[in-house]
Amino acid sequence: MEHRITVTVNGVAYTAEVEPRLLLVHFLRETLNLTGTHIGCDTTSCGACTVLLDGLPIKSCTLLAVQADGHSVTTVEGLARDGHLHPIQQGFKEEHGLQCGFCTPGMMLVAKALLEENPDPTEEQIRWAISGNLCRCTGYQNIVKAIQWAARRLREPAPAGR
Amino acid sequence: MATKLEELGGVGVRLHRREDDRFVRGKGQYLDDIKLPGMLHMEILRSPYAHARIRSVDTSRAKALPGVVAVLTGQDLAAHNLAWMPTLSGDTQAVLATDKVRFQGQEVAAVVAESPYVAKDAVQLIEVDYEPLPVVVDPRKALEPGAPLVRDDKPGQTTNHIYHWEAGDREATERAFREADRVVTLETHYPRCHPAPLECCGCIADVNPATGKATVYMTTQAPHAVRTVFALVTGYPEHQIRIVSPDIGGGFGNKVPVYPGYVVATAASLLLGRPVKWVEDRTGNLTSTGYARDFHMKGELALKGDRIVGLRVRVLGDHGAFYADAQPTKFKIGLFHIVSGSYDIPAAFCEADGAYTNKAPGGVAYRCSFRVTEASFLIERLVQTAAYELGVDPAEFRRRNFIRKDQFPYRSAFGWVYDSGDYHRALDLALEKLGYARWRREQEEARRQGRLLGIGIASFTEIVGAGPSHTFDILGLKMFDSAELRVHPTGKAVLKLGTRTQGQGHETTYAQIVATELGVPARDVEVQEGDTDHTPYGLGTYASRSTPTSGAAAAVVARRLREKAKKIAAHLLEVSEDDLEWEPGRFYVRGSPDRFKTIQDIALAAYTNFPQGLEPGLEDVCYYDPPNLTFPFGTYAVVVEVDRGTGQWRPLQVVAVDDCGVRINPMIVEGQIMGGLCEGYGIAAMQLITFDEQGNCIGSNFLDYLLPTAWETPRFELYETVTPSPHHPLGAKGVGESATVGSPAAYVNAVIDALAHAGVRNIDMPLTPDRVRAALEQVGLAE
Repeated sequence: MEHRITVTVNGVAYTAEVEPRLLLVHFLRETLNLTGTHIGCDTTSCGACTVLLDGLPIKSCTLLAVQADGHSVTTVEGLARDGHLHPIQQGFKEEHGLQCGFCTPGMMLVAKALLEENPDPTEEQIRWAISGNLCRCTGYQNIVKAIQWAARRLREPAPAGR
Repeated sequence: MATKLEELGGVGVRLHRREDDRFVRGKGQYLDDIKLPGMLHMEILRSPYAHARIRSVDTSRAKALPGVVAVLTGQDLAAHNLAWMPTLSGDTQAVLATDKVRFQGQEVAAVVAESPYVAKDAVQLIEVDYEPLPVVVDPRKALEPGAPLVRDDKPGQTTNHIYHWEAGDREATERAFREADRVVTLETHYPRCHPAPLECCGCIADVNPATGKATVYMTTQAPHAVRTVFALVTGYPEHQIRIVSPDIGGGFGNKVPVYPGYVVATAASLLLGRPVKWVEDRTGNLTSTGYARDFHMKGELALKGDRIVGLRVRVLGDHGAFYADAQPTKFKIGLFHIVSGSYDIPAAFCEADGAYTNKAPGGVAYRCSFRVTEASFLIERLVQTAAYELGVDPAEFRRRNFIRKDQFPYRSAFGWVYDSGDYHRALDLALEKLGYARWRREQEEARRQGRLLGIGIASFTEIVGAGPSHTFDILGLKMFDSAELRVHPTGKAVLKLGTRTQGQGHETTYAQIVATELGVPARDVEVQEGDTDHTPYGLGTYASRSTPTSGAAAAVVARRLREKAKKIAAHLLEVSEDDLEWEPGRFYVRGSPDRFKTIQDIALAAYTNFPQGLEPGLEDVCYYDPPNLTFPFGTYAVVVEVDRGTGQWRPLQVVAVDDCGVRINPMIVEGQIMGGLCEGYGIAAMQLITFDEQGNCIGSNFLDYLLPTAWETPRFELYETVTPSPHHPLGAKGVGESATVGSPAAYVNAVIDALAHAGVRNIDMPLTPDRVRAALEQVGLAE
């Protein structure tokens, strides 16, 4: 038996018939072809599948698509605006906050939620915020710096004329 | 003002990575992101038993499930002579089990279905009748008489013994031990761990029934070698096989071997005429694909005064059910005989035996150059032990026994010729940056207050960049690598290589090499890897070999194009080649710097206005066979505090001094080092794949197999010395693995150092709180 759900993803409302057991991450990746959300484990441990549900980070491998019915989801594809990278994306590039790139979407979305709640986090607060997301490449130090870079940029007043 | 090389993005520039643009947008293309029309999905049924005879496999219920297209068993593969495959160490490995299962998680059958969910459902419907057999998970027990025989499939194999292997000079070493005035011994286990890249392994096999072309998208670090292996194993014509390695979500050695899933998916696509995708889940990854380490080691140092005069090592390798180590053919335990490390040891001998057990096969070089990690760990732990026994400071003991700068090139007792090094300088810098003397005083003070501080050092020497073809091959394929460079008429270049990045930043660093050697700005160089139809042959990326081999090839091929460009420039400027001077990006007439041709002018002329008699175009390929390995080195120094109540320990300071020769992109080098320091910490502190007596894998998911998060991972302080490799075209040495190789010993040495005054000499990794607590209790330090 399929369920009809409507999920707003990156500002666009999508309606689909889905199996009740379909995981949100598969809905995003397979139904909507938004493959920037990755799968790294089966136990809600690694955070590669992290997206924002109504602005809060959740692991989309542990949520059913039907549970997202009527809610709003932000994925990595929703970070850049009008072709411009989000400051968090810029920060990851500036500070070499990624290597293989597999954990990066989840890390950036956690960072986005963190910085919206706390625009000037300490290093410790950043490390705590991303501690539900594993990275096997970077040793985390540059991810912390990337988030600090983004925090600084986001605190700057918007440049005139924009 | 920016220098020319900075403008070009040449060697030494902290250039931002070009690959980041797609990754930060979520637009990378990893294996699971690829979808082909008509694609089917495969799921593997794995054994719940570590050792059991298969009485029967009933697939009828699975086949009856709507959406299931095929179910394959070992018997089905046997009909095509594909039930077994060769390993990278000359052994055989079951693709799908036919006779019995030999480890928990072993591949037994596969379902191919229209959707991954249906495939998973159907796997549950396969009924296997198992007859459980006695299990052996300890290699020492496996070698005892009467132990359950793991490999009864192999004719003549009557025990679980795989090999005996020796290196060095036994006689000279025995003499050194007889004449020694002190012998120091350390027995330790480098535990089984797993590289666990964040992306699991998988493939999409697409055999076109019309053309016969077999395209396999695969998470592999070595696409060319895999293609050849596929051709040899199946008899399929090699030119009809195309391996495409897309973006790789981390490899760390885990993505070097050929896994059963790849073979089954390819066979399924061949039989069904449709693309078949297989992506393992995390449990499949941790229980069946390449584990690392699992070496039981005994090391002994013969001492005369405070000098090491002999080294004797015994290793027992636990290889699981199939001897599948990814390593050069010539060696049974990889490059373990780099075990004399950074020390000038006149006599050394090493012997090793391997055993089969009911555990997963693998033995991959986890961020490691073929067992150098185990070797480095052992010698760095041994020298600390010796220093305690002598009552000499561990740093000072190292200093007295290091190979001196003036001894390079240095031939070790095992016959390796170290290219260059300055070990004293790296150690001194690390100690200075750490504030070693101050920490020693604080350690004393802390002890008086009842707190336990420890300072650990590891002065590692790596051996990377395999390799010279006279010594190194894998399944007969010599371990050279390649680069092919074409500059197009508008001056934009494409560089293709035989290696495959998994996050190391090749798309950026290789372009920087071309920028330096040919003057084409790095941003104008497109780097391509991973597609066997479109890149030159090479052995792939592992063992820190990309910079030493393909990096060298990129430099050499760019220099060849520069030579050709010079001829064209001479033609254009109507002067003799001898009158031309080069600076990055242009040739100019000596004495008239305003008469010049840029590399872009020359590239255009190579297609539009080349001299008579010269081949058109600006393109070449280089297959680079390095004259020697490279030997990166460094010193890591760690301070920890150990909690006497809980046995927990935490690093207070981590200083890393790395010397990897010339750094192509310092930002990327530092990223590699920090990643390795984190993995080294994980290995020292928590990463453990172990088994109960029934062979159940403890560590089969990320709830049980612990990996360091940002929270507990320490901060790293990085420093460098630069001792160029004398034989590499750029003086570079490779760095991807230095920190994973060197740092575990530094962390462990620090914890032991905190307890050493009470007599503790060893705790086996990982240093989990319970193990440290047990050691504290044993010496009366527990609270």
